[in-house]
Amino acid sequence: MNPVQAVGRSTLGLLRTAGSVAIFAGRGVAASVSTPWFGGQMARQVVSIGYLSLPVVGLTAVFTGAALALNIYTGGGRFNAEQIMPQIVALGITRELGPVLAALMLAGRVSAAIAAEIGAMRATEQIDALHTLSTDPFRYLVAPRLIAAVLTLPLLTAVADTIGVAGGFLVATQTLGFSGPLYVQNTWNFLTSWDIQSGLIKAAVFGFIVALMGAYHGYNASGGARGVGRATTHAVVSAAILVFAADYILTSIFTAK
Amino acid sequence: MTEPTHPMLELRGVRKAFGDKVVLDGVDIPVARGRSLVIIGGSGQGKSVTIKIAIGLMAPDSGQVFVDGEDTANIRTSAERARHNARFGMLFQGAALFDSLTIWENVAFRLINADKVPRKEARDRAIEALARVGLPASVANLYPIELSGGMQKRAGLARAVVAAPQIIFFDEPTTGLDPINADVINDLIVEQVKRLGCTAVSITHDMASARKIGDEIAMLHKGKIVWRGPAADIDHSGNAYVDQFVNGRADGPIKVEV
Repeated sequence: MNPVQAVGRSTLGLLRTAGSVAIFAGRGVAASVSTPWFGGQMARQVVSIGYLSLPVVGLTAVFTGAALALNIYTGGGRFNAEQIMPQIVALGITRELGPVLAALMLAGRVSAAIAAEIGAMRATEQIDALHTLSTDPFRYLVAPRLIAAVLTLPLLTAVADTIGVAGGFLVATQTLGFSGPLYVQNTWNFLTSWDIQSGLIKAAVFGFIVALMGAYHGYNASGGARGVGRATTHAVVSAAILVFAADYILTSIFTAK
Repeated sequence: MTEPTHPMLELRGVRKAFGDKVVLDGVDIPVARGRSLVIIGGSGQGKSVTIKIAIGLMAPDSGQVFVDGEDTANIRTSAERARHNARFGMLFQGAALFDSLTIWENVAFRLINADKVPRKEARDRAIEALARVGLPASVANLYPIELSGGMQKRAGLARAVVAAPQIIFFDEPTTGLDPINADVINDLIVEQVKRLGCTAVSITHDMASARKIGDEIAMLHKGKIVWRGPAADIDHSGNAYVDQFVNGRADGPIKVEV
């Protein structure tokens, strides 16, 4: 195959996948905004995606906040700007690291789990069984996961923001000699509500991406156990890449404001 | 009121290909109301595709599927689809029970989620359906993973019949079962189909099962129905394909493709 053919074929494949994902997302959104809803499924997913992700998101946030504080303190020291550290930590966590890290943790934990679960259901004909039981798989499987992820990732991000800033606070007050009350005051006075809101909006978008990628790859899994494994890998990788791409696009929009 | 004369289920001129491989090549399969048709054929001959097209899980490349005289291509809305699907019950090859639900929740799934039957009533009806297939009430709260293959098949059968469907599909109902359990499942299928008075379509390559559950048997080979007749005639069909298949001979017109 000549190089032009190869590029053409890859481009067509990419466009086909993009179209397929867009149609899947459209069906998922349509199922999410219209009745009937499966309340029990949704509650189960809120617990699985949101509540059970708290430890991993919290731990990631505290260590990231602490490491960020050390780096900014050291970097700021090069031009005698160590005192700006609390503000930069708060800004970095709320606008960028909180939502992105929470989303990446969810991509690893949740997107993989969704892909594996739905993929296994596909392999064992459970999705076909849903059809024969007069139940739309998009309403029963996809919509609850999309809704749960869109609702819970902003909440997880709010927790990550708080814990991340607390991680910076701990390092600053325990090892770098910052005054506790002053640190809190500097952080509080510096942050605007938009800093937090923009991070939470990002988180909702990332939540949608993470659940969508898991559901899409699981739903379209084929080839038995190997296919489910492949779907899981694709879900995590594509979710992570799309989170970064969406992060850049949203940041561009928000900073142009 | 007179009974409708059209078949309860009819595949008319159905063609389906995957790439270059033609799986169904203009297949016509009418099934009369209240009759049980068993489709036999070797692996990869299109039996599963036939059943998937009949139930609407797969679209044919060409041809039509009629259910109770209604062309399924005219189904447009999700409400119409739900009403249409409510006529069907299906026992899957591996039972396809939902791992995350208990046995009674599996059996009552359609009652709760599609028919909006209250949970308490749905549970009672599920336990009643389980009893009909020989499963005690004690299994109701177990999960599918806690049941043997035979018990899962029974639970799958209970799920297929609990909402009294008009047409039931059986996909390889005895695959993976020992001969005794296979015969028990065959008996249960015959009993449930008779009790409901429904139309049944089964696919299998288990001839003992085909003889027991079918009023008629049709043989699918290379995308076409090569023989169809009463189940009682299967051993003297006069068809070389059927004879070779029924007797399990390597020699004959059917060549095993490797």
